[in-house]
Amino acid sequence: MSDALDVLEQVGKWKDAGKGVAIATVITTWGSSPRPVGSQLGVDDTGAMVGSVSGGCIEGAVVQEALAAIKDGKPRMLDFGVTDEQAWDVGLACGGKVQVFVEKVN
Amino acid sequence: MKAETIKALQDARTQRRAVTLATRLSDAAEALVYLDKAEGPLASDAAIVTAARQAMDIGRSETVDIGGQKIFLNVYVPPARLIVVGAVHIAQSLAPMATMLDFDVTVVDPRGAWATANRFPGVKVIQDWADEAFQAMGLDASTAVVTLTHDPKLDDPALEAALKSDVFYVGALGSRRTHAKRKERLMSEAGITEEQFARIHGPIGLNIGAKSPAEIAVSILGQIVEVRARRLEALAAPKVAAA
Repeated sequence: MSDALDVLEQVGKWKDAGKGVAIATVITTWGSSPRPVGSQLGVDDTGAMVGSVSGGCIEGAVVQEALAAIKDGKPRMLDFGVTDEQAWDVGLACGGKVQVFVEKVN
Repeated sequence: MKAETIKALQDARTQRRAVTLATRLSDAAEALVYLDKAEGPLASDAAIVTAARQAMDIGRSETVDIGGQKIFLNVYVPPARLIVVGAVHIAQSLAPMATMLDFDVTVVDPRGAWATANRFPGVKVIQDWADEAFQAMGLDASTAVVTLTHDPKLDDPALEAALKSDVFYVGALGSRRTHAKRKERLMSEAGITEEQFARIHGPIGLNIGAKSPAEIAVSILGQIVEVRARRLEALAAPKVAAA
């Protein structure tokens, strides 16, 4: 819990400093996945990150969507369904699947 | 997510209050659901509030379908806390072991010679009477209370306060004979009912033939972990049956 709230604390600081900010949250997992449901990644409008939603393999894609969410204000749902083979390629060797919700902080 | 939501979640952590943040995934509308109240645009949906409280009880975040809406329930539960009354030898084994199990540990003892920080490195030590200390800390459903002093002056007020709260575990060190005397005292002097007294695990711990302080600490922690796991299973069970 403190983990997730530490992420939110940094997100709150960015917001207070007048930055555009979005939060990505792992909302569903299937099979083995590196981060549990509820794990969060905060992103500011320069692409700076805090926290994580995977072992580092999908963060790049999530940040792109977070930046888009900061611009248009719309929430989005991202599905990362990786086969074992793809998982190996992107560094997610466990072959887990995750669904990530991305929303702007208002 | 609203900036105010972030502030509210942080306040809940500081106050050790459990809270579930419910988010509707179609439009990011929210509700903050506490045990005793719910706030935000989704708070008027009774089914969402009920599901959020159930998730809070089980301590598990998940996505649920409520009346055709996909709702993500993110549960923020304060970390389990262990309060050890009696800064005694067993406590010196119990405190570090409980810390390894991610308990937030506090040792309470009014006796200055016992309640010292260097006897308990890395653990909160409060030199005070248990009932006074409890009042300042606030006992909640994610707290376990263990009394280890054998001394009624020290143990009884702690047990009385614990039994009148909704802590998930109460355990008291002492033989069967000691425990029987304790029952007489608490029922006649503190107004504890038979049913309330039955919540005390006494003699404390699982029966694993523990002798040394460290072994007794293992037996106590084994019991606390078991009680917590059974409670969570019981809370989760009706939901599994319904699904």
